[in-house]
Amino acid sequence: MKILSRIYIALIVLFLYAPIAVMVVFSFNSSSSVWVLEGFSTRWYEGLGNDTAMLNALKHTVIVAVLSAIISTVLGTAAAVGINAIRRKFSKKIIMSVTQIPMMNADIVTGISLMLLFIFFGKLIGLNESLGFGTVLIAHITFNLPYVILSVMPRLQQTDSHLAEAALDLGCPPLKAFFKVILPSISTGIITGFIMAFTLSLDDFVISYFTCGHYQTLPIVIFNMTKKSVKPDTYALSTLIFISVFVLMVLYNVLQTKSEKKHAS
Amino acid sequence: MNKKTFGNKLVASPYIVWSAIFIVVPLIIMLYFALTDSSGNFTLANLSGLGEYKKAFAISILYAAIATVITLLLAYPMAYFMSKLKISSQRMIFMIVMIPMWMNFLIRTYSWITILANTGLINTFLKNIGLRPLKLINTPGAVILGMVYDFIPYMILPIYSVMSKIDNSLLEASEDLGSNGFNKFKRVIFPLSRPGVISGITMVFVPSVSTFYISQKLGGNKTMLIGDTIEYFFNLGPDYYNIASAISLVLMVMILICLFIMNRFSDGEEGGVLM
Amino acid sequence: MEKENIVELKNISVAFDGEQVLDQLNLGIKDKEFITLLGPSGCGKTTTLRLIAGFLEPDCGDVVFEGKKINGVPAYKRQVNTIFQRYALFPHLNVYENVAFGLRVKKLPENEIKQKVTEMLSLVNLSGFEKRNIATLSGGQQQRVAIARAIANHPKVLLLDEPLAALDLKLRKDMQKELKKIQQQLGITFIFVTHDQEEALTMSDRVVVMDKGKIQQVGTPQDIYNEPKNAFVADFIGESNIVDGKMLKDYRVEFSGQEFRCLDRGFSQNEQVDVVVRPEDVDIVEYDKGMLKGKVTSVAFLGVHYEIIVDIGGFKWMIQTTDEHFVNDRVGLYIEPDAIHIMKKSEYSGLYGDYSSYSEEIDHLSDVEEE
Repeated sequence: MKILSRIYIALIVLFLYAPIAVMVVFSFNSSSSVWVLEGFSTRWYEGLGNDTAMLNALKHTVIVAVLSAIISTVLGTAAAVGINAIRRKFSKKIIMSVTQIPMMNADIVTGISLMLLFIFFGKLIGLNESLGFGTVLIAHITFNLPYVILSVMPRLQQTDSHLAEAALDLGCPPLKAFFKVILPSISTGIITGFIMAFTLSLDDFVISYFTCGHYQTLPIVIFNMTKKSVKPDTYALSTLIFISVFVLMVLYNVLQTKSEKKHAS
Repeated sequence: MNKKTFGNKLVASPYIVWSAIFIVVPLIIMLYFALTDSSGNFTLANLSGLGEYKKAFAISILYAAIATVITLLLAYPMAYFMSKLKISSQRMIFMIVMIPMWMNFLIRTYSWITILANTGLINTFLKNIGLRPLKLINTPGAVILGMVYDFIPYMILPIYSVMSKIDNSLLEASEDLGSNGFNKFKRVIFPLSRPGVISGITMVFVPSVSTFYISQKLGGNKTMLIGDTIEYFFNLGPDYYNIASAISLVLMVMILICLFIMNRFSDGEEGGVLM
Repeated sequence: MEKENIVELKNISVAFDGEQVLDQLNLGIKDKEFITLLGPSGCGKTTTLRLIAGFLEPDCGDVVFEGKKINGVPAYKRQVNTIFQRYALFPHLNVYENVAFGLRVKKLPENEIKQKVTEMLSLVNLSGFEKRNIATLSGGQQQRVAIARAIANHPKVLLLDEPLAALDLKLRKDMQKELKKIQQQLGITFIFVTHDQEEALTMSDRVVVMDKGKIQQVGTPQDIYNEPKNAFVADFIGESNIVDGKMLKDYRVEFSGQEFRCLDRGFSQNEQVDVVVRPEDVDIVEYDKGMLKGKVTSVAFLGVHYEIIVDIGGFKWMIQTTDEHFVNDRVGLYIEPDAIHIMKKSEYSGLYGDYSSYSEEIDHLSDVEEE
């Protein structure tokens, strides 16, 4: 049984990584074919460095991801604190249901509805081209917010409501009490929310596709690349992304294990 | 009683305004577009004309349903086996399953072309060992495979996280009360893991039913899913926004109905319906 | 006035969601006393504490501190500190930083903080625990940190909200003594909230018995035990047999169909009263010699004594005695005049004091405060 289960896990992992392995291998192919291996070359990686459109898109992606993650984390944390303080169950329920809409809805519907909003209001104020940096940023903040709220909320509920009172009792004014006591105890939720927001934003294609206009992010550029002929440059780019994600994940995991060990001792 | 919460509900107001403008209003505008023609007059023609896309709807639901079932069948044992590993191994596998999720799904889908294409890896291999090549790419099977592949982490992880929290003493208790392996599964493990299954199904079904990329890349242009149809109309320009809104609206309602039914199942007593 | 009142509550009323939690409450708390608010869940004792701490404002009435009205003064500006029910220690700070918290807020110089924290930790016997993580401490140790943290600020009044409820019996007894010692050492006012009557009696200078948002009785532990004002107090503090009686004249009361001598006077003739007799004050004698006669219906051995239920004309009496008796024994009861305490009729008359459905009073064990 134990061996069978190990084999099963290995097979699923193989399934998950086979296409990635293929991609990595072909990114080093010397010919422009993605079917036949000819020889080792790094020409596709070198090509990437000169591809200004791609580098621009990379810059856009990072800017949007950083900004939208920061804004949605601040806004979302405040929202979670505020929603938690609402006493009326009914209002709370309505707000939480609305919050879940972007998570439950299909991305394509969220993307289209936001695009229609931007175009609609763009027309109202007489803009020809209303889509761009601002709209894609707003869209990303919007779909990030529920993830931030839902990762902060449980931490907030676990926090002993007497903690804030204890700080007040010891002479801390309310705002200071929040920063000195509540914020540290919900910090893991906030960090998780931020990381989720950041990666969701990096990764988003569908919603950006409908709301970015000419402000193209990396997934949009990849989409356009794959629309045309299939070339290994896409694979090279993807391999780079894969390696960065991999390194980041391993690093994050190591750090987490370390901090847990520190906590335990 | 007397539970004083810290913080002030006013700090939620920026978010409440934000969610009203960017979550609620867009859906109302979508509704408005769905109910008007391109010059802004009220019409039901967009909605009544949707019969034309019956096939796209039907195929989308069918493919997404098949993909969801396959994903569940593959993911459930995976999650279960994972939860039985040593804690350190659990962590490692968890990370391994998660990493592909953090990569762009466009890329992950795209690399299947290299594997499945007529001159791709599988067919090259078959040719080399003297077998006839298979028609793999541009088939419904390839589309469903793409869905399964892209979304399987979303099924494994929620089921795993519920499963790993099942208290081992519960399993011992059920053995103590005379459950054999199958009974233990049916009466303890499955019911307790159901919340993970439900959220997994949701997280796989919703993106599958509304996808527009997987079908274009792996299904050729033969299969127009509902997502493809919406994207197609949007690319035709502003005159087609109304019909595209109408289709999106129906897609959204459909998804809501599916989620509602799912939630009903999750409240139900018997868990076997889903298996 | 013998001593200045440090805290005064005047005509305080508080309601939550239409439910009256405190009803026209008046209470004066003297400087340097150990006063306990005692009562069952939901009696308003914790609410009273929160009013003084400043976590709650009264709907009407005044909170007065050292002669000044402090309604509306926020908690962080009041010279009182609180020890919370589950301690509310800051999980992200170590022991030292928890104790130093209030001092840092006051922006004291670092060497002063260090000296103060060290002093406080040695006062609560936690020297050497400075660097420890809160989560690694036992319940009793966390309790001590909470005490050190609260008194490091030199409050004039320390509020303690069921601080011992989470500790096991043995530890609780030790902490009771220690708290009392700390209070005497510091010479400050302790306002202690508990639902445990034994705790209240052993620690307090004065006890305030509360129920339904009202003060039922204020007095020394002896007063409260020996001279309960009504059936609620009599029942809540210790065990009591409470029977209907009639005051025939001064020093003469009739109950259970018999006339008794007693030490009470000042009631009108033939006034209906509640009569309290503590179980340990009843002697069991031979059937023929008893002032009251009945049959034993149950016997429980509790170590120090037996707890015996005797049925007298349908009313079940509880008697504590060191002599052994058996179920179905026919026995007589003898009651000295000073064992009889007469109370005026109240809204609680008839609710308590009959042991008909007595079953080790399991309910006493399960009424942990949920506020």
